[in-house]
Amino acid sequence: MLKNRIIPCLDVKNGRVVKGINFVDLKDAGDPVEQAKIYSDGGADEICFLDITASNENRDTIYDVVEKTSKKCFVPLTVGGGVRSIEDINKLLNCGADKVSINTAAVENSKVVIDSSKKFGSQCIVVAIDAKKNGDKWEVFTHGGRNNSGIDALEYAEQMEKNGAGELLVTSMDRDGTQVGYDIDLMSKISSKVNIPVIASGGVGNLDHLVDGIKLGKASAVLAASIFHYGKHSVKEAKDYLDSKGIPVRI
Amino acid sequence: MNVTIVDYKSGNISSVINSFKEVAKEKVNVEVTSNPNKIKSSDKVVLPGQGSFKSCVEALNNIDGLSDTLNEFTIINKKPLLGICVGLQMFADIGYEETETRGLGWISGKVSKIDNQDGKFKLPHIGWNEINIVKDSKIFKDIENNSHMYFVHSYEFVPNDKKVISATTNYSTKVVCSVEKENIFGTQFHPEKSDKFGLKIIDNFISL
Repeated sequence: MLKNRIIPCLDVKNGRVVKGINFVDLKDAGDPVEQAKIYSDGGADEICFLDITASNENRDTIYDVVEKTSKKCFVPLTVGGGVRSIEDINKLLNCGADKVSINTAAVENSKVVIDSSKKFGSQCIVVAIDAKKNGDKWEVFTHGGRNNSGIDALEYAEQMEKNGAGELLVTSMDRDGTQVGYDIDLMSKISSKVNIPVIASGGVGNLDHLVDGIKLGKASAVLAASIFHYGKHSVKEAKDYLDSKGIPVRI
Repeated sequence: MNVTIVDYKSGNISSVINSFKEVAKEKVNVEVTSNPNKIKSSDKVVLPGQGSFKSCVEALNNIDGLSDTLNEFTIINKKPLLGICVGLQMFADIGYEETETRGLGWISGKVSKIDNQDGKFKLPHIGWNEINIVKDSKIFKDIENNSHMYFVHSYEFVPNDKKVISATTNYSTKVVCSVEKENIFGTQFHPEKSDKFGLKIIDNFISL
């Protein structure tokens, strides 16, 4: 039976790990390569790096981080943040990333997802959707949550599946950094709408939130940062907890 | 000993290279090439594959002499070869991804889309799933039944002769996830991404 995945995410800036509270107020918390190794040794099903300021700054540091990590961690490694072109994707894959997540570029130019999934295969193309509630719908935000595209997140999710995305990484902007739990409504609506796996992100504050993301949000995988990152819980604790709630996990 | 990873410009093989180098350490020389002469002189070959069946076959055929060399290595000289993911799928006679495409024809059978029961099962089949070992395979030495491996695929290899199947995994149906036929080995899952058990399978192949 296919297991639900737990994915610790490391926000990386200038080669160092940080975690944003609502995308601002960053705290330094360590070396990404070391952190990734701790997570993979602890049973993480996948590791995610998000180069959070990559859209604006020199991002060569991330290539170095990816290269070093991929020589030490033998679980899938997903890298996102500032991925604009086929060239960027190619470079990250060559450095040892297994999947690349595309956010702003997928909104601005649909060809990026179409072309990259053809060239590299859907299996390595993750479309990251930053969604924020507006009335009774959700809108897609770009540029690390700074710009509102006005696009309906549910329609967009469906379109991205058609364009060739292999997975969707859905982040609730309203919940990110708040630790009050995933936006379950958003997750379950998107997950029911598409036939590709959805990774839930944004808002995890305790282990019950992970359970909710899978059971109620219908996500195939749950992504979290701070609950693992500041030592509140280990990946193993999270898996044992999910297991105790009847969720299939790799132990 | 030389182990050659075939780099035929199809998809990302850096994880395959990293994992083989990690396992091989100093004891085995790991070469990454598409050069037929180097492949001929190597002891073992790894055939990775990402993307579609069609794009992999095309990429393989785009390199002069590569397909003949692999054929000679595997079928005539009977040296060990490990296919990973689409690398395994290409053993088949025919694949149906994108359009009908001829495979290498080493293990008779076809590659078709996983029956996802009208959307009941999401595709691609992505993530960790247990393998049910159905026959002894040299690459499963010290691998326990029901070990977890990392999968990412939407198509499955359906061999005609079920005796070649060494493991299956449950996803909608019993999906073939490992084959062994004489000197030919293949895994649908990614040993290079399957943590310590995956590395053990790589070690078993290198140690054949």
